[in-house]
Amino acid sequence: MLRLIALACALMFGPAALKAENVVLGLSQNKVSITTNFDGSEILIFGAVKREAPLPEGDPLEVIIAVQGPSTPLTVRRKERRFGIWINTDTVEVDSAPAFYAVATSAPFRQAISDTEDLRHRISIPRAIRSVGAPVDVGNAADFTRAVIRIRKENGLYQLQENAVEVSEQTLFRASIALPANLTEGDYETRIFLTRGGAVVSDYSTVIDVRKVGLERFLFSLSREQPLVYGLLSLAIAIAAGWGASAAFRIFQRN
Amino acid sequence: MMIYLPIAEVSVNAFLLLGLGGLVGVLSGMFGVGGGFLMTPLLFFIGIPPAVAVATEANQIVASSFSGVLAHLRRKTVDLKMGTVLLVGGLIGAALGVVVFNYLKSMGQVDLLVRLCYVIFLGIIGGLMFFESLRAIARARGTASGPAPRRRKRGWISKLPFKMRFNTSGLYISVIPPVIVGVAVGILAAIMGVGGGFIMVPAMIYILGMPTKVVVGTSLFQIIFVTAFTTLLHATTNFTVDIVLAVLLLVGGVIGAQIGTRIGVKMKAEQLRILLAIMVLVVCGKLALDLLLEPSELYTIGTAGGGH
Repeated sequence: MLRLIALACALMFGPAALKAENVVLGLSQNKVSITTNFDGSEILIFGAVKREAPLPEGDPLEVIIAVQGPSTPLTVRRKERRFGIWINTDTVEVDSAPAFYAVATSAPFRQAISDTEDLRHRISIPRAIRSVGAPVDVGNAADFTRAVIRIRKENGLYQLQENAVEVSEQTLFRASIALPANLTEGDYETRIFLTRGGAVVSDYSTVIDVRKVGLERFLFSLSREQPLVYGLLSLAIAIAAGWGASAAFRIFQRN
Repeated sequence: MMIYLPIAEVSVNAFLLLGLGGLVGVLSGMFGVGGGFLMTPLLFFIGIPPAVAVATEANQIVASSFSGVLAHLRRKTVDLKMGTVLLVGGLIGAALGVVVFNYLKSMGQVDLLVRLCYVIFLGIIGGLMFFESLRAIARARGTASGPAPRRRKRGWISKLPFKMRFNTSGLYISVIPPVIVGVAVGILAAIMGVGGGFIMVPAMIYILGMPTKVVVGTSLFQIIFVTAFTTLLHATTNFTVDIVLAVLLLVGGVIGAQIGTRIGVKMKAEQLRILLAIMVLVVCGKLALDLLLEPSELYTIGTAGGGH
């Protein structure tokens, strides 16, 4: 019985006890409101490393911050030249790709974390995308995943910022993540990893809530919940605007 | 001033949209085309998702066409009777077109077929109109004293039954050709996601033999209903009508349409036609180049489960 309690205690406190270093996190905002004049946003992520024991010797502390938007399945198509024109030929379904993904590290990525640890925690951009069901007839399915990363990197939706996390005294760290204007709604999972010598020694995660508010919220909800009303409203505005312009110009011409 | 569009989920410059709307509105008022075939590619270009661009464009065309029709109604250059006959055909055609569209979608490659449709139809119509207008201008210069001979050789068309008098157009013809024109345009409009004015206008001039001045107003009248129908369909099934985008485009559009109508009245019919022909050919050339030249990005990302 005593052994059992000891085991339970070990299970409960074990991980915490094993982690000599823990993250204490602060965010400049844990909620991003998409308003009508939303033009991108910047989130400041800062924190400190809490230690029960003195600073360990050996490899320096590195910090990795990953912010991940909601994931959706995608269809990626490739164009090829057929009969003289460029048409979509091969198609690969990507099971799940985040709408937004940013990784910031305090050192070059491979130096901050080993490949095995990356594989386990799915931190690097290619590992954030899940694609298992590539059709057999498409030979190089990896090209399609790479294309997704390339296109989204160009749009600022996927970011890898090496050396962007400032770490001072192996205790305080800070980084800023730029959220682009073409942001989608959802829960943005924010993960912080502390690593030493490429191995994760501690991790912490929180959620940044990205939501449409005000007029944006109202119109979006209306279009989903009352599509007919929304459609008729759109038409009413169109007709009113058409009539208004016509009437205004008539008055304008008479004078 | 940047504005975040709630449905498109992108942030765009409001003044850019107002300007685009105005530009396309002027063309709409001048030529009686909805302008969808110009505006939709422009919206793609500034980063609006294609599905949202097509649906919202339909809504914007309603506004600019309505504004244009009011101006034409006051000039009595709308043949309401002909417009109604065309509309009946148009709605039947649109319904058929949706069926055809869904069939093509199930086969895949709907994107390519839409593009090919654009290139072929814009090419044929633009080319025909361009050369016809050139001939008309040359004729007008050559025989400045006498009026140009009217093309009244409709042969078998005049022998068809169900004749109807269209006073505004000065025609006494069978209702069968206008209904067929309406159906054909309706099908193409539904497949290509446009109002169909650029097909309707030449069809009315060359097939039905309507006077050019009446054609523009009548085409706009018919377009209002077809695009209103399309807007409702998109709003209720695909949820892709962006009302904020539509408002920005249509504020520019309705003002543009008023200006365009006034420019159109002052211009000669041949000049109007040749300008429309050139514009149609330019868009056609651009779309053809897109198909022929190697794109800079071979891959495209779409949302899973259809959509293009």
